[in-house]
Amino acid sequence: MAPVRELELDLEAFEGPFDLLLALVLRDELDLAEVDVAGVVLAFLERLAERDELDLDACGEFLVLVAALLELKARALLAGEGPELEDLDPAAAAEELAQRLAEYRRIKEAAAWLAERLEAERGRFFRLGPAPLAPQSERRLEQQDPTALAAALRALAAEPPAVSLAHLELRFPPVEQFLGRFRGLLARRSRFDFDSEVEGMTRVEQAVAFLALLELRKAGEIELSQAAPFAPIRVQRNAAAKPERREAWTARSA
Amino acid sequence: MDRPLRLVAANPLDRLARTLEALLVVASRPLPLEEMAEAAGEDAERVETALGLLAERFAEGRSGIVLEKVAGGWAFRASRDAAEACGRLFERPVERGLSAAALETLAVIAYLGPCSRPEIARLRGVAADSVVAGLVERGLIVEAGRDESVGAVRYRVTPLFERVFGLESLSELPRLGDLGADAEEIRGRLETIAEKRPA
Repeated sequence: MAPVRELELDLEAFEGPFDLLLALVLRDELDLAEVDVAGVVLAFLERLAERDELDLDACGEFLVLVAALLELKARALLAGEGPELEDLDPAAAAEELAQRLAEYRRIKEAAAWLAERLEAERGRFFRLGPAPLAPQSERRLEQQDPTALAAALRALAAEPPAVSLAHLELRFPPVEQFLGRFRGLLARRSRFDFDSEVEGMTRVEQAVAFLALLELRKAGEIELSQAAPFAPIRVQRNAAAKPERREAWTARSA
Repeated sequence: MDRPLRLVAANPLDRLARTLEALLVVASRPLPLEEMAEAAGEDAERVETALGLLAERFAEGRSGIVLEKVAGGWAFRASRDAAEACGRLFERPVERGLSAAALETLAVIAYLGPCSRPEIARLRGVAADSVVAGLVERGLIVEAGRDESVGAVRYRVTPLFERVFGLESLSELPRLGDLGADAEEIRGRLETIAEKRPA
């Protein structure tokens, strides 16, 4: 008897020798779900029947190969459901598998019927595009009040309020303006109160004035003191300040 | 019906038949009987009689346009004699190249739908995502709500599916013979083999 692997198969999903089927399955080039394993078994039995003597080696090899094939197929069909099925005892698992295979076979039959039907209805042509005149009875509107339409139009026709662009006109006064002002103050008196100087100015002006104060402090022209957080800031002329440094600062901040 | 099929203007039934003919020619989908009755302002029974008149007039072998009952309604289609010429004028992309996997998925949804992709994958043993997307694109299936427990989108077949496959409704799908017949056949073949074998 020729080796089992040379067994010629003629299945729906595959035609050729058994060992090629195995090779294709192992290389994932053939979906085992498509392979009718019962067909393989029948083909083997048919060939066995043609012979007079029973080749036990061939039978043994065939059993091993088909068992492996069935296990692979079972795993493919039950992919991703391992834990759930591990809880089942072998008999229940076999039952579950048989049921799923039966379900799958029914689906394959239904698909075959659809394929036949499709072939039979090949000559079926009909209009598909939406025709503009097709009656759309479900689109009827209720009775509407025309004044509601007028009100909606009136609301649209009203002039919208002018949009304020004030925030776009935010201007920062130059720092040197406050530098000059504070230096002038300190030329007349040795100290002043920052808070009362900037009182009544805008927030932006106050911020720039404070920046000028920091510049003067950095240059060493003044000393700053504050009794407590948020208390008025006292500004005092620094006696050791050098006139040429003052000029340098003016130039840099210009 | 043994009376002549000439539509005589004086006969009110013939007038109704002509109205229905007009409705059917402007519709791009099968029209249910009730919808036609409402549009024509007639009762359903008379509409049905008039449709019988039309069906005889627009019959296969008699006219290039054929009236048929399909996808839950009535619609015109081309006669089969003209299929070849129609094929040269139009392509039929909806059903061209439906793979075995697509047909299996379609079968699952047609028989068991609405059902979700995980359910299809469980039955077929392989993921169904791309196949389902392809069928949606072809307009053969459509989303039909969500699975209440898992939240997966479920699908059902469309009227287009029924039209392409020439089904009046899904109940026309053949009953699935259970595995019993199949197992019987295998057993039968096994027995034949056993008989041939010398004891």
